[in-house]
Amino acid sequence: MNAMWRNPVVAGIAALVLVILLAATLAVVPEQSQAVVYRLENPIRIINRYQPGARLADGAGLIARVPFIDRVVFVDKRVMDLDLENTLVLSTDQRRLNVDAFARYRIVDPRLMIASAGNEDGLANQLTPIFGSALRNELGKRTFSALLSPERGQVMDAIQAGFQRDAAKYGVEIVDVRIKHADLPEGRPLDSALKRMETQRQQEATEIRAQGSKRAQIVQADADAQAARIYAESFGKDPEFYDFYRAMESYRRTFNADSQAQGASTDFVLSPNNSYLRQFDGRAGR
Amino acid sequence: MTIMPRWLTRSAVPPQMLPQTLHAEPPKGPWGGGGGSGGGDGSSGGGGGPRNPWSVPPGGRRGAPQGPSALDEFLRRARGGGGGGGFPGLPGGANARTLWAIGAGILILAWLLVTSVHQIERGQRGVVTYFGRYAGILEPGIRLTLPAPIARVQKVDVQRFRTDNFPQGDGQNLTLTGDQNIVDLSYSVRWNITDPVAYVFQLKEPQATVRATVESAMRAVLANTTFQQAVGDGRVALEQRVLDLSQAILNSYRSGVSIQGVSIRQATAPVQIVDAFNDVIAAQQDATGNVNKAQSYASQKVAQAQGAAAAFDRVYAQYRLAPDVTRRRMYYETMEAVLAKSNKTVIEAPGVVPYLPLDRARTAPEPTQPAVQAGAGR
Repeated sequence: MNAMWRNPVVAGIAALVLVILLAATLAVVPEQSQAVVYRLENPIRIINRYQPGARLADGAGLIARVPFIDRVVFVDKRVMDLDLENTLVLSTDQRRLNVDAFARYRIVDPRLMIASAGNEDGLANQLTPIFGSALRNELGKRTFSALLSPERGQVMDAIQAGFQRDAAKYGVEIVDVRIKHADLPEGRPLDSALKRMETQRQQEATEIRAQGSKRAQIVQADADAQAARIYAESFGKDPEFYDFYRAMESYRRTFNADSQAQGASTDFVLSPNNSYLRQFDGRAGR
Repeated sequence: MTIMPRWLTRSAVPPQMLPQTLHAEPPKGPWGGGGGSGGGDGSSGGGGGPRNPWSVPPGGRRGAPQGPSALDEFLRRARGGGGGGGFPGLPGGANARTLWAIGAGILILAWLLVTSVHQIERGQRGVVTYFGRYAGILEPGIRLTLPAPIARVQKVDVQRFRTDNFPQGDGQNLTLTGDQNIVDLSYSVRWNITDPVAYVFQLKEPQATVRATVESAMRAVLANTTFQQAVGDGRVALEQRVLDLSQAILNSYRSGVSIQGVSIRQATAPVQIVDAFNDVIAAQQDATGNVNKAQSYASQKVAQAQGAAAAFDRVYAQYRLAPDVTRRRMYYETMEAVLAKSNKTVIEAPGVVPYLPLDRARTAPEPTQPAVQAGAGR
C-alpha cells in the first residue's frame, strides 16, 4: 500500500483527482456576482443575492457545492446599462424625433433571469426591444414640446414604469431611464428647424434695425420740435420785427458775394423808386 | 557516468551495454573508419579524433537486431517501476532533487512576494477581495495581503480628476433648447472617485455611466433653458444645474463618483446658421449707430436753434430801445453788403423799356440769374 503511494504516477493521478474534486466542490463568488446553485437543474439557493439598501450583500467568497451534481451559474450583480441608439419616435403632433436613451438595470431575481433569458447577453437582447417599445409608447402619447419642458422628468418616469412592468418578468429592476438625446432627425426636419431659426434671427435683425431707425427718427423729431419751440418762444415776441430781421439775414446770405463761391455776381436792375435809393436824387425826406 | 553526453542518456541505453554495442558494430566505410580501431574506448564514446566524413557517426547505425530499441527499453523500465525517477530526460540523483526543491521554493517565494506585497501609490486605494469577497481597503504605502489565488487587489485612483469631453473629438454637438432652438454645445466634466468600494462593485461600466449621465443631465437642463440663456448669460447657472442633477443621478446609482465640475467651453448657434446670428449682432450695432447719429443731429439742431434765438433776443432787446433807427440801420447795412459787390443798373426814365445788357452779363464766368428787381424795402 505504502509502496503504491510512492509510485509517482499513482501519486500524480491521486493529486489530479483531488484537484478536480476541489475545483468541482469549491467555487468563488465574486462580490460583483450573484450565484445560483442548481442541483440537477433545480435551483436550490442563491448566493450573494442583491439586497436593496445593502451596500455589500453577505455571501460572496468561497462556497462549497456537491461536485458534479450542483451547478453554479453566475449572474452579474452590478448595475448594467442598456443603450438605445437612434430610435425614431413619432410624437402626437406628428413630429419625428431621433431619440437616444439609456436604461440602468439590475438583476434582482437571478433565478428568474436565468430561466427566462439564459444569461446577461440574452437578457440585454430581450430587454432592448421592450425598452424600445416602452419608449415609443410613452413618447407617442406626448407632444414634442413636452420633451423640452420640465415635463421631461415625468416622461422618463413614465417610460421607466412601462419598462419595469415588462422587465419584471425577467427578474430585473429598472434603476433609471434617461433620455440622452432627443434630436430632430438629419435631413428635412433638422434643416427646416435650422431654417426656422435662421428666419427668426433674420426677423429679429430686421426688427432691431427698424426699432433703431424708429428711435433715431423720434430723437430727430424731438430735436426739431424743441428747436421750433425755442424759435417760437424767441421770435414770437415780435413777429413783425422777426419778419424784417429774418429778411435781412436772408438777403445777406442770398446775395452776398461771399456766398457766391463760383464768382457769379448778381446783376441788380434798380428802380429809382427803390427805397434804398430814396436819398439818391436828393429828395430828402420820406 | 553522470557526465555521459546527453544524447546517450536520452537514448536510454543502459551504460553498461554501451561498450558492447559499439564493439558489436565497428564503423564501416569505403576507406575504413578513421577512428575505427579506437572505437572500443567506451567513455570517449567514439567522439574523439578527427571525423572521417564517410565514416558512420558513432552509434548512428545501430542495427535493429542488435540490442533493444530505445522505446523498448523505456517501456521496460517504466513497467519495472525503477525508483530512479520515471522521467528519463530529467537528471536524477539526490543532488538534482534538492536543486529542484530549491528552484521550486524560489518560485513560490517570488510568487508570494509579488502577489502579497502591494505598493499603493499616493492618491490610490486598493480594494482587497478574498476569494471574491470584499475584505477591506488598502491605504497608500507598502501593504501586505494574502497571496494571489486567495487575495486580489484592485487599485483605484481616487485623487486624480478624470476629464470627459463632449463631444469627443471635433464636430458639432447639436442640442435642442427649451424654445425649440438648436445650440452647438461643447463642454467637459471633471470627476473623481470618492468611494472606491462602490466604484468597483456597484456599476458594471462606471466610466460609460458617468459619461452618459452627464450628457443626459446636460440635455435635460438645456431642454428647460432658452437659447439666449444657453449662449449668453445663463451659462454659470446652467453648469451648476447640470452638476447638481448628474450628481444626484450618480448618487442614486451609488456609483462612488463625485462630479467636480462641469464647464461649458462653447455654446453657439450651429455653423449652418451662424451668419443669421451674426446679422442680429450687426443689426444691433446698426441700430445703435442710427440712434447715435440722430442724437448728434438733435444736439446740433437744438444748439443751432438756441444760438439763433439768443442772437435774435439780443438784437431785439436793442431794437426795442430805438426801433426806427435800428431798423433803418439794419436795412442800409444789409443793402450795402448785398449791393457793394454786385453789378447795378439804375433805370431812371419812366416809360422807357429798359434794355438789359444781357450779353454783358454773359461775360461773367458763369451764367447767372440776371436780374432781380429789388423791391421797395419799405
